[in-house]
This record gives sequence, structure tokens and C-alpha cells, in this order.
Amino acid sequence: MKFISEYRDAELGKKLIARIQQRSTKPARLMEFCGGHTVSIAKHGLRQLLPPTITMLSGPGCPVCVTASADLDKAIALAKLPDVIITTFGDMIKVPASRSSLQQVKAEGGDVRIVYSTLDALKIAQSNPSKSVVFIGVGFETTAPTIAASVLQAEQQGIDNYYVLSLHKLCPPVVKALLDSGEVKIDGIVCPGHVSVIIGSHPYEFIPRDYGIACVISGFEPLDILQCVDMLVDQIENGQPKVEIAYRRGVKPEGNRIALELMDKVFEVCDGNWRGIGVVPGSGLRLRKEYQRYDAEHNFEIRPGEPIEPKGCICGDILRAVKTPLECKLFRKVCNPEHPVGPCMVSSEGSCAAYYQYGEGYGG
Amino acid sequence: MCLAIPAKVKSIDGVEAEVEVGGVSRKASIMLTPEARVGDYVLLHTGYAINVIDEEEAQETLKIFREMAEAEAKDSSN
Repeated sequence: MKFISEYRDAELGKKLIARIQQRSTKPARLMEFCGGHTVSIAKHGLRQLLPPTITMLSGPGCPVCVTASADLDKAIALAKLPDVIITTFGDMIKVPASRSSLQQVKAEGGDVRIVYSTLDALKIAQSNPSKSVVFIGVGFETTAPTIAASVLQAEQQGIDNYYVLSLHKLCPPVVKALLDSGEVKIDGIVCPGHVSVIIGSHPYEFIPRDYGIACVISGFEPLDILQCVDMLVDQIENGQPKVEIAYRRGVKPEGNRIALELMDKVFEVCDGNWRGIGVVPGSGLRLRKEYQRYDAEHNFEIRPGEPIEPKGCICGDILRAVKTPLECKLFRKVCNPEHPVGPCMVSSEGSCAAYYQYGEGYGG
Repeated sequence: MCLAIPAKVKSIDGVEAEVEVGGVSRKASIMLTPEARVGDYVLLHTGYAINVIDEEEAQETLKIFREMAEAEAKDSSN
């Protein structure tokens, strides 16, 4: 497939690895922020191919994984209301909330439907005028503009039974929170490719400036990631951290202005509650007052109860890159994709799911 | 969740486009990429085109890969 297969050339990959091996002399701890990168690194075995100077750490870039139990409980409470149809991306349905999951509510008779796009959720709202259709809005800056677009489309088309539970999260503020915590030492960041398609490269500039950490925005194919690592190594070896774009076919420094405008029109920045990290100021999005009629939290009375964290699960530590899935006592034993204890095993781009599926940690 | 895949724009009707992904056609919104034209490749994310892929930059990146690989081959032979 065009724009995919040419970035998976094994021969070129070997040469890029040899180049990195030759140039990397200083120990470099690199965090791949995005879950999509974690999956690609695991799938293509890149962690094992990189030289011992380089340590790859998985970050909090999995929207399903970082959704706090308290927020998942809101989705469950909405799903239990009469005459409500819940629409959600597939990854969310199996995530265990405090006392249930959307899958369990569905099994008990709740109307929970997996959709590929908010466009499908709008169609469901149109065909079920006597029901309230709630979309569970989970995602980063990549996804938020598409949810904003759906709210504007609902307004244009007079669809008045469509609502969004906005649990969106913003990436740069959580990177700042992780760096400020001082828990993890990081020398470079593999910055998220598709988040950056929307926000561009400028929002990362505080990272090299204030923290002296190298930043390169990467695509998702193996050659993309190797190129990104090579550029990070270059910055680290030369002691000149900055923000660079390796994923140039997809990312412009200014991002996608139209998407940013739509997002800003519908949403305003608020605090975001991250699993394992806590409330991070300015890292969430809620619907603006003008669009409150589409805000599920504003229009339905729900009492989700006190959140309960899954016992023994260390997803929080994994999301902060303090621990890896291999350090979890539950990993591959009681926690597996069939019976996930925490969200990092549920989402296809969760670290635990990626480690499980691609056998990370076997053979050293 | 931030998965986005390259898709070729086959036709456009207002903000709705028909795109092709790996030989399969599907509908997509170009509300976020009104600059998209028939024949362009877009990155498709949850039914929306989130950008138009820059062909020149794509070729340039592949050229850089080849140059890096050639430089590495030269270095190793020295």
C-alpha cells in the first residue's frame, strides 16, 4: 500500500540500525509518548534491535488507558439510563470501570453500540429520534476535532438527541506534568505523529527550552521510527535539544489550522483527570457553554459513585513510564487480553496488550 | 486510537468524499481538509480526513533514508 510498504523496507531498516549503533555513544532514555508507536516498536521488534545505549520507555499516549476510573464510571452510569443509546469506539467497551464495563452493561440489556466514527453515531441518532444517543468522547488532539465536527454537524442538521461525554485529553500538558514530577529521567521524546498532524510542532517547544530534552515527531512505520531515533541520537550526542519533524509527509509546523479552529469553537480547555497521574491542569476539553445542549454531563443526572481502582494493577505506574508491564505481578497470569484487569491490557495500543501480543520481554 | 491510514480520494461531494483504502472504498468526511482534491492521499482517522499527505515530502523522506543507508555503507567499508 502506498505510503506504508515503502516505509517497511527491511534492508534500509538494517542500515539505519547500523548507523544508529555507530553514532550512539551516550546512554539515551527515549520515551515514545504514543501508544501507536509502542505497538509499532513491539510489532517490528525494534526495541531488541537498537543498541544497548538506547532505552525505549512507553509513555501515557493511549487515550483509553489514561481515562480515569471516575470518568469510566460516568459512561457506565449513562449506559444504565433508560432510552439512552451509548455509542463508542471499540476499545472502550471491555475496559473495566469500578463496578462494571460497557460490555457487561450491554450483556445486561443496555444499548451499547460500537461505532467506527462519530458520523455513525449521528446516523444512529437520526434513526432513533425517541432515544438519546451519547457518544463517549475519548481521545487526544487527533480525535477531538472529529468530535467537534460531529457536534457542529448535529447543530447544522438539527439533530437534537445527540450528546457527547467529553473525556478528551491534551498531550503537551501531561508531558509537562511527567517532567515536573521528576519520577522518570528522559533524554528524548518520540513525539506523537497524528496528534502533531493537528497541533503541529510549536506546542512542544517548551520541552527542549525548559527541560533540555530532545524532541522529534515521528511517523508510525518502522523506518519512520528508526529515522526519529537517529535524529534524537544526533541531538543528544551533540547536546543540542530542539523540536524536529521526521514525519514530514504528515506534519506541518503549524498543524491543521481548520481542525484547531473547529476544536476551539466547540471545546474549551479544562483540567483533565489521568489514570495514574491525577488531575493535570489544562489537559482536558469540555464543551463550551454555547454547545452545552450537546454535553451529556450537563443534560443527564448521573451518580456514578466513588471510583474503585483495579486491585494489584499497576497501569498507573506503566503510564508514567515508572514500570514496564514485565514488572506487574498480574501480567500474562491473571491479566491477559481475554480477562484484562486494567485498561493497558484492553486497548490495542496499551503497553500491556502490545507486550503480550508481540512477546516483548521474552529472550531478553 | 490515534491510528490514521493513508487513503486515496476517489470523488468528492461537498464535505463527503469517497476514498479507497487498500482496494476498499468507503465514505469519509473532508470537513477538516477542505483542500483535499480527487487523486490526493489523505490520512483517514475515524472517518475523517485529518490532512492531505504531502507527496513531495514523502519522496524526500525516502531519499533521506537511502542517503543515510548509503552513508552508513560507506562508513562501514572504511
